[in-house]
Amino acid sequence: MADSDGRQVDSINHSTEEGVKLQEIVQAKCEGKELTREEKQRLRKEKKQHKKNKKDDRGPPEKEKEKEKASVPAPSKPATQSPAHKAPVPVNASASESPVAAEKPAKSKAEQRAERRARQDTERASKQGKKEGGQLSASSKPKATPNELQPVVKRLPEHIQVDDPAALKKLAKKLERQQVPLRSDYGYKVSLFSHLHQYSRKNPPTQQISIPATVIHPSIVRLGLQYSQGIIAGSNARSVALLHAFKQVIRDYSTPPNEELSRDLVNKLSPYISFLSQCRPLSASMGNAIKYIKKEISNIPSQCKEEEAKRRLQECIDSYINEKIILASEAISKYAIEKISDGDVILVYGCSSLVNHILCEAFEKQRKFRVIVVDSRPRLEGKEALRRLVKKGIRCTYVLISALSYILPEVSKVFLGAHALLANGYVMSRVGTSQIALVAKAFNVPVLVCCETYKFCERVQTDSFVSNELDDPDDLIVTRNGKTHLENWQTVKSLGLLNLVYDVTPPDFVDLVITDLGMIPCTSVPVVLRVKNVDQ
Amino acid sequence: MMFCCESCCSFVLQVFGMELQAVLMAAGGGSRMMDLTYNTPKPLLPVGNRPLIWYPLNLLERVGFEEVIVITTKEVQKALSTDQRLKTDVKMRLDVVCIQEETDMGTADALRHIQQKIKTDILVVSCDLITDVALHEVVDLFRAHNATLSMLMSKVHEFTDTVPGQKGKKKAGEQRDFVGVDVTGKRLLFMANEADLEEGLVFRKSIMRKHPRMLIKTGLLDAHLYCLKRSVVDFLVHNKSVTSIRGELVPYLVRKQFSKFLNTKNATEDTEKNQKQQDAHHNLELLSTSKEEALLQLARERSCWNDHRGDMSEAYHGGKLRCYVHIMEEGMCYRVNTLAAYIEANRVVPKLFEDPPIHPTAVVTERSLVGSDSIIGPYCQISDKTSIKRSNVGTSSTIKEKVKITNSIIMNGVTIEEGCNIQGSVICNNAVIGRGADMKYCLVGSGQCIEPEAERTNEVIVGSDQLMEI
Repeated sequence: MADSDGRQVDSINHSTEEGVKLQEIVQAKCEGKELTREEKQRLRKEKKQHKKNKKDDRGPPEKEKEKEKASVPAPSKPATQSPAHKAPVPVNASASESPVAAEKPAKSKAEQRAERRARQDTERASKQGKKEGGQLSASSKPKATPNELQPVVKRLPEHIQVDDPAALKKLAKKLERQQVPLRSDYGYKVSLFSHLHQYSRKNPPTQQISIPATVIHPSIVRLGLQYSQGIIAGSNARSVALLHAFKQVIRDYSTPPNEELSRDLVNKLSPYISFLSQCRPLSASMGNAIKYIKKEISNIPSQCKEEEAKRRLQECIDSYINEKIILASEAISKYAIEKISDGDVILVYGCSSLVNHILCEAFEKQRKFRVIVVDSRPRLEGKEALRRLVKKGIRCTYVLISALSYILPEVSKVFLGAHALLANGYVMSRVGTSQIALVAKAFNVPVLVCCETYKFCERVQTDSFVSNELDDPDDLIVTRNGKTHLENWQTVKSLGLLNLVYDVTPPDFVDLVITDLGMIPCTSVPVVLRVKNVDQ
Repeated sequence: MMFCCESCCSFVLQVFGMELQAVLMAAGGGSRMMDLTYNTPKPLLPVGNRPLIWYPLNLLERVGFEEVIVITTKEVQKALSTDQRLKTDVKMRLDVVCIQEETDMGTADALRHIQQKIKTDILVVSCDLITDVALHEVVDLFRAHNATLSMLMSKVHEFTDTVPGQKGKKKAGEQRDFVGVDVTGKRLLFMANEADLEEGLVFRKSIMRKHPRMLIKTGLLDAHLYCLKRSVVDFLVHNKSVTSIRGELVPYLVRKQFSKFLNTKNATEDTEKNQKQQDAHHNLELLSTSKEEALLQLARERSCWNDHRGDMSEAYHGGKLRCYVHIMEEGMCYRVNTLAAYIEANRVVPKLFEDPPIHPTAVVTERSLVGSDSIIGPYCQISDKTSIKRSNVGTSSTIKEKVKITNSIIMNGVTIEEGCNIQGSVICNNAVIGRGADMKYCLVGSGQCIEPEAERTNEVIVGSDQLMEI
């Protein structure tokens, strides 16, 4: 029939499975009532609209894939085969299709309307389900894999996709929606790390924020500034400061009418978190703290009065800090002190608040040991560690990391702090830590990593490239004898300055991890994570 | 679902207390340029055809303030509600507090006067500040270091233009300010004015011990822009002897950074002691919130940051009171409190704006010559064969034919008859310059009349009743 041929052409152009489906319906019902056909046309038009919207979301490459796949079944579309091509969800639709096709004259208007509605519902459901997948929904993929669940592609976090313009655009849109200013990258990035952000301290994130800060709570603005200038540095310090700022946010919060605290407060926190991650990428410990807070907020029962809820949240925050940071460090010191014997020479790297605490406690418990502090540029955090230890009265030696292999024969133990412990047992810590672990392993010196359990994270990384943080490259510029050689590094085309912040140490180099749950080998981290998840 | 952006914004404002309140001090008399201000209050002096007070208001509006507390006199208050420029251009809410002109109120007294209105930390601005500073630089220091005082300073510009009425070289007796900053250039360690010093600079040993490297700078202009903590206002309420922010409060705060009293931790114990001795000290410390200090203290302990290197003390040497300064290296910063500054500001300011140099309502005949760096205000009338170069002509002024105006400032409502030649002069409001007058480097006061064919050079012409003021 001319009509059906016309429609056939149409359906080829749109080339989806619906077109095929409708095609056979039309073919089957070519002698059907006039009303039925018109209804069917209307139905098809609606479906084409659906498809068009779906396609607009997907974008060109998938469109080509679609067309390509569609061209395959287009020549072959016997009614019987098409049900087989259909994917899981529309199977129901097609199931309802075939009986319809079989008994088309007997259908009444109402029943067909009901079927149409059912079909649309299933399609909507399938659209929802497939959206996460980010792949073509089954309906547009009439290939012969209908039964397998489409592999769900996990969305990569934005902060490691800086060289992808689409991801950047999405981020810009999200920040615009939240009224958080976008911080622009600075300077030439070394190509291996071009997928990471690199900000300059001379362009603070507060440049575009109004004074006084209205969209973002003032204590969050202050916190962001302190992060970006490095005034609050170190995983524990950042988490504590974050929770303190959240306490102030909660204190100043009041529920708008017709809203529930449990839902609205979480929405209010999102722009703040975006702002903080613009100032400095969030650490794993901060991420866990945020997850905890959000969970606590959403667990507030709706009958709870606002004052009561706020008080409860403040208490939760206090208890979290107390348990996970303060008491954890006490527990870890207790375990660690067992490992420190008299006459030990302990090597530490950089300034880890936990390791400093352990050493101070051990000194108070009258252990006789001396410490070698290893430091590295550009942060020179070891100087701060040195100051704290010497103030306590501990005998210290200070070297730069380039002298590591010279000093290691004297060392009996290495104590390292961690920024995060990854799920495959790798230790993420300040850049230089993996060097220390490697050389210590070569010298057969035991390496002990001290880390609280709240820093354990689900991420898996095997190298330091994929997810890291790039600090301000101008920090590497130093003036000696009045001369600043790197002053105009941007003008030299072939020169790039790289200021990495973190690196990962493989578990083979780490002998023991001391956590508040006890002393565990590095490979037991996933077990701890599993146990933690079960608890929560 | 969430409200739409605007309502969400304003709602959010109500949700948490504002971070900063702006206070604009506009009650000053302009004592250093009485010739200009005896009839017009300083905030209303036209600079680039806008009243002087417009500039700080514009600065505050640009960075995002939504309301300002303006402390001023009745006359200025009237102008704020009637003047076109001020009413239409300024979109912020102005909370005007009037004080009597006769009472000699210092800036600190004024803060004490409005103590009830102040609920958070404040940003104090003076009405004579014209600057394009990125204000977030000053406020960021205040925020990041939790400072008690954060201020703005700028390199002093040498004024090169001849100032009318100035005889001889500029006196070097412009009292110098000695400003001591640490190696980073941000922390304010020392501040003294030459007038307060007897023999020489006196430094406390405690400062030298804590900051062995100090840079002393003298060529700096204080922009009179201060971020002050709320506790400072409460301190002012208790200490009625402090009258001026710049003269007394700021040096006091800078000194108190290193005072022994403030660094003691047991504040409650010391209150009784100090109350008997000096009521000044204990207030500043007590008034900081102590409950959340515990968490902040923990964060600071765990943080591996220190503001200085080389000694055994913790960050900030454990001091609770900190003063910071942002020194502008480049950019524009003028305090219009002398005649020279006024003239310089008039020169520089028109270049900033994209307003058309000739106001649309001004009537400028075709045969007149208006230079590109001159600005003509609204409702002016410029007649034929008139040449105006590098000058500012104010509102509703009438310039008749064959007049030559160079390098001059003509204020509002001035009438200049034919054939005049005006060079390097300042003609104040409603003055009348007679026909054929030749004025070089003169200052003609408000409402004065210059007789025709007068020839004046380097003179200040003010009313006879004003002469008595000296």
